[in-house]
Amino acid sequence: MADGVAVPAALDGLAVAGVAAVPASATVPAGVTTPDSLDLYRTMRFIRRFEERAIDLVRAGEIFSGIHPCIGQEAVAAGACAALDPDDIVLSSHRGHGHLLAKGSDPGRVMAEMAGRVTGIDKGRGGSFHPSDFTSGVYNATGTVGHGAGIAAGIAWAAAKAGEPKVVLSFFGDGAVTQGALLEGFNLAGLWQLPVVYICENNRYATTLPVETAVAGTITGRGEAFGIPSSVVDGQDVEVVHAAVAEAVARARSGGGPSLLEMRTYRYHGHHTFEMLVRLRYREQAEIDAWKERDPLDIQAARVDAAARERVDAEVERELDEVVRFAVDSPRPDPADAMDHYYADGFRPRPGVSL
Amino acid sequence: MPKLSYLKALNRALGDEMDRDESVFVLGEDMNFALTNVTAGFLKRFGPDRVVEVPLTEQGFTNFATGAAMAGRRPVIEFQIPFLLLLVFEQITNQANKFLMMSGGQRSVPVTYLMPAAGWRAGWGAQHSDQPYSMFAHMGVKTVLPATPTDAYGLLTTAIRDDDPVVFFGPLASLSVREIVEYTDLAPIPLGSGRVHRPGTDVTVVALGHLVHEALAVAEELADEASIEVWDPRSVYPFDWAGLAESVAKTGRLVVFDDSNRSCGMGAEILATAAEEMRLQAPPKRVTRPDGAIVGAVPELDAVLQPTRQQLAEAVRSVLKSTGW
Repeated sequence: MADGVAVPAALDGLAVAGVAAVPASATVPAGVTTPDSLDLYRTMRFIRRFEERAIDLVRAGEIFSGIHPCIGQEAVAAGACAALDPDDIVLSSHRGHGHLLAKGSDPGRVMAEMAGRVTGIDKGRGGSFHPSDFTSGVYNATGTVGHGAGIAAGIAWAAAKAGEPKVVLSFFGDGAVTQGALLEGFNLAGLWQLPVVYICENNRYATTLPVETAVAGTITGRGEAFGIPSSVVDGQDVEVVHAAVAEAVARARSGGGPSLLEMRTYRYHGHHTFEMLVRLRYREQAEIDAWKERDPLDIQAARVDAAARERVDAEVERELDEVVRFAVDSPRPDPADAMDHYYADGFRPRPGVSL
Repeated sequence: MPKLSYLKALNRALGDEMDRDESVFVLGEDMNFALTNVTAGFLKRFGPDRVVEVPLTEQGFTNFATGAAMAGRRPVIEFQIPFLLLLVFEQITNQANKFLMMSGGQRSVPVTYLMPAAGWRAGWGAQHSDQPYSMFAHMGVKTVLPATPTDAYGLLTTAIRDDDPVVFFGPLASLSVREIVEYTDLAPIPLGSGRVHRPGTDVTVVALGHLVHEALAVAEELADEASIEVWDPRSVYPFDWAGLAESVAKTGRLVVFDDSNRSCGMGAEILATAAEEMRLQAPPKRVTRPDGAIVGAVPELDAVLQPTRQQLAEAVRSVLKSTGW
């Protein structure tokens, strides 16, 4: 085990078989301010309780179909986005609520989006699956996993050519690392030294498929093959995540090219809330419990004053009451507007029926 | 007056748009040597920041273009072979084309996918001979298919200026077509505007792409038998249904001459829409490719798998002879 913040042995044991976890340096680069520990805690607490409230809305039928919760993975979203400037750009995945909230999207509008309301960040057209919020710099969340890697390269290239010192953070899961489109995106970013930070949220399962039965070689090896500095990071510790991402962001911003960070993390809930109905059994409760021993909120809670934490917890609840009220009270879309926004010039497809 | 070839029209339209708008750039394989001639002279004229040579990474660079477009650029991707569009069908139809809607109108993706040699290539095999324009129309992607150099100039210009993704098919068989034009007359042509190449009163022949030129030859050959209107939609999505209805209202009879596959192809769509919405005096007909593929390896087999003048002539005679339903 190298110096710096060690990846805990328990985590290492649950990592990709045969792969040593190489921790990224936890040292925040010079010139980068370490975020306040309580702020990081607050972001994570907000994401967790936001999703728990969202799951309540799924059960109540206010959120149609369901969501992909990131409960358990909050440290990655919170730590990574804290390393960004407001003008930096995030490409999310369909497990993206944490990314949106950590990047500064309006929580009420995110919840309204998930509930299909016209006040949502995408007027209800993106839903939980495909959120975009250009006001906070979250451009896209591809449903086809891994395709954001090439889109990230294009955004980064355009920004660099325009002389804008922007960095693009591209999130994807472990399921995406077996997709060819992702590797093609890596190739372009590595070839042209583009300011992209690729963040793999390795939560160990692509829907039901365990990472060790899907990934040949290593995840970081995919970055290294394209000359992209790549490392494994303890995705349960928000301050370790922040330090690793801040270092990669600083390198990208100074012209040092892309990085790949494999965040070892875990989702407590199913791939999607539909698992509440179908009762899939593809992992042992003991494994879930082992990960909960290192819950990201608990790790950060231990670093902050108890009284301050309780105050934050209460604030989060009050704010989420407003968020839920805003989402549920917002109007549903008018069916007559179903084909709005299909084309930039307002062209509408012919209806599917001729009378 | 100068003679403008189809290929030169593409070169001119793209160069004019790159001159006019700094955000336009072109990317593709073998750009540095302008292998297809579409970008001839561009590297010297615009430099490597706007003429971007990419590795063999179709999915990667098609997504890359989507990202660049989201960030305010107007990419034009040149593809050399039509099947590459099948490789990036997901990136165009599922990523780029749905993005404006999925983002609730926040940002569009103005990428032009330029396919300047679509269709059969003698001896180049089954995998180099596709005409996949119907597939993009099926998915609601703006798709143009100009037949002449002036239309190629006008529609490529419009495609690049359009804020949505647009797939541009330049049929291989049209690339050598030349027209005498005054350069100052070249102008943008709106998507969804058809063109009557030859007026007629007995039957409307809808001809697509390079088949426009074949249909005009057939109309001339049959001039003593029938007055054939040769009508070219120029863009297959959006499609000029009003223009077609106007032509069919005059002739009452319809034949579609389409180089895409028969099942679920543009020919099928045109016939279905005409049957539903227009007043036809006789059952319409279509002349198309069969489903599947052109053999692409030997002329004797290849030629019979593509729509021919003779097939069109027979279809026209059959429709004219028909006494109705």
